[in-house]
Amino acid sequence: MATGLTNRLQQAWRMLRELSGDDAYERYLAHRAAHHAESEALSRGEYFRRCEQEKWQGVRRCC
Amino acid sequence: MNNKILSTVIWLAIALLGAAALGGIALNRGESINALWFITAALCVYAIAYRFYAAWIASKVLLIDPSRATPAERLDNGRDYVPTNRWIVFGHHFAAIAGPGPLVGPTLAAQFGYLPGTLWILFGAVLGGCVQDMVTLFFSTRRNGKSLGQMARDELGAIGGISALLATLLIMIILIAVLGLVVVNAMKHSPWATSTVAATIPIAMIVGLYMRNIRPGRVLEGSLLGVVLLLLAVAGGGWLDHQPALRVLFDHPGLPLAWAVIAYGFAAAILPVWLLLAPRDYLSTYMKLGTVVLLTAAIVWMQPTVKMPALTQFIDGSGPIFGGKLFPFVFITIACGAISGFHALIASGTTPKLLSNERDIRMIGYGGMALESFVAIMAMIAATVLDPGVFFAINSPAGVVGKEAADAVAKITSWGFPVTVEQMNLLAQQMGEATLFARTGGAPSLAVGMASIFGSAFGQGMLAMWYHFAIMFEAIFILTTLDAGTRVGRFMLQDMLGNIWPKMGETSWYPSVLLSSGIIVAAWGYFLYIGVIDPNGGVNILWPLFGISNQILAAIALSVATGILVKSGKLKHAWITALPLAWLVIITSTAAWEKITSSDVRIGFLAAANDLSGKLAAGVLPPEKAASAPTLIFNQRLDAVLTLFFVCLLWLIVLDMLRICARHLNKQPVPPLSEAPHQTTRLEEAWQRD
Repeated sequence: MATGLTNRLQQAWRMLRELSGDDAYERYLAHRAAHHAESEALSRGEYFRRCEQEKWQGVRRCC
Repeated sequence: MNNKILSTVIWLAIALLGAAALGGIALNRGESINALWFITAALCVYAIAYRFYAAWIASKVLLIDPSRATPAERLDNGRDYVPTNRWIVFGHHFAAIAGPGPLVGPTLAAQFGYLPGTLWILFGAVLGGCVQDMVTLFFSTRRNGKSLGQMARDELGAIGGISALLATLLIMIILIAVLGLVVVNAMKHSPWATSTVAATIPIAMIVGLYMRNIRPGRVLEGSLLGVVLLLLAVAGGGWLDHQPALRVLFDHPGLPLAWAVIAYGFAAAILPVWLLLAPRDYLSTYMKLGTVVLLTAAIVWMQPTVKMPALTQFIDGSGPIFGGKLFPFVFITIACGAISGFHALIASGTTPKLLSNERDIRMIGYGGMALESFVAIMAMIAATVLDPGVFFAINSPAGVVGKEAADAVAKITSWGFPVTVEQMNLLAQQMGEATLFARTGGAPSLAVGMASIFGSAFGQGMLAMWYHFAIMFEAIFILTTLDAGTRVGRFMLQDMLGNIWPKMGETSWYPSVLLSSGIIVAAWGYFLYIGVIDPNGGVNILWPLFGISNQILAAIALSVATGILVKSGKLKHAWITALPLAWLVIITSTAAWEKITSSDVRIGFLAAANDLSGKLAAGVLPPEKAASAPTLIFNQRLDAVLTLFFVCLLWLIVLDMLRICARHLNKQPVPPLSEAPHQTTRLEEAWQRD
């Protein structure tokens, strides 16, 4: 019972982190490890800056 | 078998409940009606449409194929193409499509009574808006996430592509101007609102610095910090309002505030995104979601009574908030809450690159718009739970009901909506404002409605706090749209200018950035300026213009979709987009025709221009009006030309689409379908799919 609830809360927390982009860097590291292990990964700060720059190049918000 | 019977019984019950709720809303006359019926009717309509119509479109028309690999899987680069859990995609998609439009439109359209707007929000969404978003998302997914403009060019030809580009740029300019006007009207002579809105700028910068330098990439921490600071800013504004020395710093008429918004827009467009735009966007997303959830809970909990009649006498076109008859202006005014062309820009381009499976398209495209329409229903409830007299006193411009409070209440009471000066003064005092007369634009009236709902649910003592919280909430994502829109407009302009002089196309070359940002800001700043000096409030001109342009963008998206359906041999089912398209062509063409040719000065741009120039020539205008008259006359004529241009653009693309369809049906060559070839998905169900 208690573990069920804990699992649910953990899942909700993971959802919130993914939705907000809080875990974007961890996902980026995982993606690199899986696909481009040979080259060096960006630091957390560099990665965040690049993402923000790219995100706002197109239409991201409506009326 | 038993399950099938059970499901049939449940869906029959939902259908009956929805029909009863809708019937109750539609046939109720003269008695007060509980707002819960609106929510019930809306949820039943969305549920049935989603379960049956959307499912039918997905399986029988679009032939959605869960075994087909999506662009996110095939082109996965860990950056923009990323297979993502469908709830996460839904969250991103909804946050992107939900803006201030569905809050403002229904508030203005409530002048016709609650019924016409509510019906169009529900049926326009399930038959038009949701279908547009879903098919655009589908077609873009099948084309590796191409944008609407690219799809128009590939599938219809150069004319379609250029029209889509021009329409997008123009609608952006009108949209930003009208949203800027809404914010200016909410801040006018309100030190509390102005100081709170001003405080959102340094707060966003603090959050931006925090996320970039102090704790890089810690989005949740930064956002939490920002939300706490924003709530403190609302409370701090209340304190500041009682400090005579400080409040004068933030007590301004419309024009200086408009200049401030214009200067801010220019600064925001040239500053790096991490400093202002990106952090404020996080804050506005949380505020938006939080407030929508809170408002739903408060309405369900309090079950407020709707006081506006089902229909008012203003369906004849004599309404104080904006001129024009029920048909076509209720459709133009509701705009984004029922169908929004802007969504097609999000549903193509960004969202398709995240889809992990085609079967998620129904939930994200159709479901996302249904939720947006639900937000519009909530705005309609917030507007109609106010006393109609109060609603009209807040939203009617001084140019229509008179500058003096006594004149305004006498006029509004004579329409059959009793209201007194004392009542308005008491309300203004409760909300912590100097006055609530002629606070046009929809934001103050929505804030009063929200404050009264929240106040009755969570305690009356905090009305002023709730009111200014609602103003801050509206302002924060209006300003986000303003920044983001200016920036997108700048990129589009740089792209166009780059065709003439390649150096201008470099998005990081500073002279080009300054010039193109300046042009875009000057364009919307001009309309904002005119809106502020217009004695009739400006919203009555700008909102219909925005509604027409937004519906025309939707018509362009539906034209592209209809063309693709016909070219894919689905002529028999092309009505799913062709019918809403035909309806949009009818309402936008009628509205444009009336805005250009009507002899009623409150509807026709040219009639108003001629009337004013006649008065100016006869010398009957008071000096301060005579000074601004030439500008207003020029603007009305410009608006007429702009409207004509929009309609020509619309007809051009519709006729071009029909030409392509006719050629296809006659077996003549047409641009080929640009669908990416089928590849079978190899994605294991790596995440839980419940």
